Amino acid sequence: MTKPTARLPPFQRFLDVHCGDVLRYLVASVGRHDADDAFQETFLSALRAYPRLPADANLRAWVLTIAHRKAIDVHRARGRNPVPVAEIHDGAQPPASPAAADESSHSDHWERVRMLPTRQREVLTLRFAADLSHADIATALGCTEEAARRAAADGLKNLRKEIADVAATA
Amino acid sequence: MSLPPPDLRPGEAADLAARTAARAADEGIAQIAYATVDSPVGRLVAVQTPRGLARLAYELVNGGLDEILDDVALRLSPAIVEAPGRLDLVRRELDEYFDGRRHDFDVALDWSLSHDGFRRRVLQECARIPFGATRTYKDMAIAAGSPTAFRAAGGALGSNPIPIIVPCHRVLSSSGGLGGYTGGLERKRTLLAIEGGLLM
Repeated sequence: MTKPTARLPPFQRFLDVHCGDVLRYLVASVGRHDADDAFQETFLSALRAYPRLPADANLRAWVLTIAHRKAIDVHRARGRNPVPVAEIHDGAQPPASPAAADESSHSDHWERVRMLPTRQREVLTLRFAADLSHADIATALGCTEEAARRAAADGLKNLRKEIADVAATA
Repeated sequence: MSLPPPDLRPGEAADLAARTAARAADEGIAQIAYATVDSPVGRLVAVQTPRGLARLAYELVNGGLDEILDDVALRLSPAIVEAPGRLDLVRRELDEYFDGRRHDFDVALDWSLSHDGFRRRVLQECARIPFGATRTYKDMAIAAGSPTAFRAAGGALGSNPIPIIVPCHRVLSSSGGLGGYTGGLERKRTLLAIEGGLLM
């Protein structure tokens, strides 16, 4: 009996290998509160399609693309009026120690990314939270690689500007 | 500027993955659920389809968990998740059997990992050998309709995908010897001892 040289791993192994990357990506792109549901929807959708997948598929890029589509659903469900950052951070915050500010800055910068225009937000989360290449991002978004690079550069520029503004008013 | 990915709490992704796997099995999105079961003859891997238990493998004898699941993925479907809750009945019946409190198994069996024809007939006849009784390879060949094929009957029993529950350990050599066993003779002896017979 001849066995195919490449074959899909049992789904459980695929889930074990990619669960951390998918969750990190979703926490960055939709926030912690909605990440759990989006994670489950991502892997259940993946499982439905899994048996028909070619054995040589790029499983990591594939599942992160599904996660990206679930993130779009979350953002759509929130309507076009995301909760402004100001609402979360206004009010009497205790003066943070430098160390605490460092620790919280990771989640803060993703909150800022979530406020960016859709395409910039998508490219930055896929690039920096999911660690996909610009080529894979272009495939996931259905745009050219050049457009993905440009959106990433624009997003980073806006982010820098915002952080500078915040620093100036602090 | 750098945008480090968000930090996760230790075990956070794995916990969520386990909940997702359980849900996939409960909602029937995964066709196949598996669990590991500890036993006096070593750790077992139990694999279940919607039809019933398809595989009960000795983890150490059959090349480890990965190899056992790879084989099931190739022969049945890769839509496999770990879902211990789906195998509670199998685990309970095995525990009772090893405690000496159960003589017959009630779990449904899925024969799809045994070959059609003579081999499957041998295994299905084997499933009818009562607790505490033994048969010879020749008995099994006769029962499966090919009286001279006792060697092939031995081969069929050696390929038993559901040992212990399909009790191929109850089939012995006509000469009075133990014959062979898919899990090694030491395990065959242990199982026969549990059933109150034969201490050699």
